[in-house]
Amino acid sequence: MKHFVFLEDVSIADIAFDAFGKTVEELFEHCAEAMFTMMVNLKTVELTVKREIHLRADSLENLLYDFLSELVYLKDTELLLFKTVQVTLGKDGKEHTLSAELQGETIDRVKHELGNDVKAITKHLFAITQEKTCYKARIVVDI
Amino acid sequence: MSNVPSVIKQIDETTWEIPQTYKKGMLVPGRIIATKKLFDAMDKEVFDQIANVAMLPGIQKYSLAMPDCHRGYGMAIGGVAAFDAETGVISPGSVGFDLNCGMRLLTTNLTIKEVQPKLKDLVDHIFKTVPAGVGCKGIVKVNHQQFDDIMTDGVKWCVDNGYGWKEDITRCEGKGKIDWADASKVSDKAKKRGIEQLGTLGSGNHYLEIQVVKKENIHDAALAKKFGITQDGQIVVMIHCGSRGLGHQLATDYLRTFETAMQKYKITVPDKELSCAPFSSNEGQDYYKAMACAANMAFANRQVILHRVREAFQHIFKQTPEAMEMNLIYDVAHNVAKVEEHRIDGKKKKLVVHRKGSTRAFPPGHPELIPLYKETGQPIILGGSMETGSALLVGTQKAMDETFGSTAHGSGRTMSRTAAKNTIDGKELQKNMEKKGIYVRTTSYSGLAEEAGAAYKEITDVLDTLNKSGISKSVVLLRPIGNVKG
Repeated sequence: MKHFVFLEDVSIADIAFDAFGKTVEELFEHCAEAMFTMMVNLKTVELTVKREIHLRADSLENLLYDFLSELVYLKDTELLLFKTVQVTLGKDGKEHTLSAELQGETIDRVKHELGNDVKAITKHLFAITQEKTCYKARIVVDI
Repeated sequence: MSNVPSVIKQIDETTWEIPQTYKKGMLVPGRIIATKKLFDAMDKEVFDQIANVAMLPGIQKYSLAMPDCHRGYGMAIGGVAAFDAETGVISPGSVGFDLNCGMRLLTTNLTIKEVQPKLKDLVDHIFKTVPAGVGCKGIVKVNHQQFDDIMTDGVKWCVDNGYGWKEDITRCEGKGKIDWADASKVSDKAKKRGIEQLGTLGSGNHYLEIQVVKKENIHDAALAKKFGITQDGQIVVMIHCGSRGLGHQLATDYLRTFETAMQKYKITVPDKELSCAPFSSNEGQDYYKAMACAANMAFANRQVILHRVREAFQHIFKQTPEAMEMNLIYDVAHNVAKVEEHRIDGKKKKLVVHRKGSTRAFPPGHPELIPLYKETGQPIILGGSMETGSALLVGTQKAMDETFGSTAHGSGRTMSRTAAKNTIDGKELQKNMEKKGIYVRTTSYSGLAEEAGAAYKEITDVLDTLNKSGISKSVVLLRPIGNVKG
């Protein structure tokens, strides 16, 4: 199973991708991987920084939206690019919860082969769906 | 022509109408401004996006698309929609994420003969001193109070603090600030993303370009002269960027707020990205005030970059910017919503005009124009691709009458970023551009490939449509010779 695929004809000025996961946790992780793949050649990123994030939201879709938005926020404010992302999901009453362990590196403009800057996650076509053998998310990010 | 729904009709040479019968729920028809050539080549996805916007409460007259239009998220890029300020909505997704992404254009009195021998040094120097690309940090360090002041005062803050000339202030849309900004409506997260980015170009389609005026490309010599464009071979500089992380975070925040607000106000929309709230509601007003903060930061961002460009020219050509007459012609916003007065059925009405990838185009005599441009009409800066060129135009009464005083913002993409990256090699493109006389520096070769001229419509086709439709009037076409790509 591919982790993600970039779509040529869904978005023109921005970038659309489909991500896949056997579990919803894996789906979240692959969405993050797709996003960082746009921003940097991940082979050039080492694991020197660790971060943990905890989020909660009223729906799984909003949780994914907030999770990816949080990664964009950390990229802009702390200049962090993450190569490995481990997600644990849970429920607290009606709310969905997320804990993520992130490892990566502070942006080094000489060392890192940089690509597109993801500036925001849009809600255009945003969806999580259950396919026959996996979960799928469609995301369009603002470039 | 195949795959254009038969209900879409050509009304005149440059106007196409999408009737309300096209899609259930449309409150007004859609209109596309395009010649047949551009319409035939247009991304068909835009029809649905124009129709979706036509469903938002309080929309007036038409859901509009400019000739550079292509599919976006929610509203198409190149879209214009105006809502009744009393009964209509405001929609963050119909303004866009990069709030007040915009263009500015400045003149010099240098000619290509003087600049060509030092072009590489100049572009390299700007590339070094104007940060661009992923993770770039700003060139002006400010504290939290100063950042609040920037979000409130825009260009004026820059000039007061030594980043520019007094006359720069008046040569910006709305004098480089939006008055209703309220920094308390901006989240700490959004401020934190923006505070270290003042004076950064960013990435994506943002750029800083050295351009040349060729005599044969001056379409109206009298108007060009009024803007300080007087000679064959004259060098000008164009800057394209926006509010960076601040605007994006703010749009992200309010997109979530508006989803909840829509349940409260019982509004449904055909695309989540079009979420909206009544303009007069607390949520609507909060967004409007926060949006103004990001817009002011964007004006300030372009001002600080302008200051750096003047310094770069001084460093390379050993003359003062004043001696080189590095005057700002104008600064226009691409992605904003503003309350403006327009005539609907002969009556003046206050409307919230949303422009997403489109530009204001106010006519001669409009009360919002500064005395310098009262007779010419508002300058419009059309940013084309880095290979083909850009243009300076002016606003017209026709724009006021038919498109809520709006026009195009660029040449508009035809190929997706992903497709461009898969078919064009960035390093190869850089070499080919250099052979054509365009020296380009970039932080990302894949990013460069995505911005290739082949991924865009021809700027001359867009200009042709604008002239024929009469919603703006072209003054001069500008050709690139040097480019710093974000």
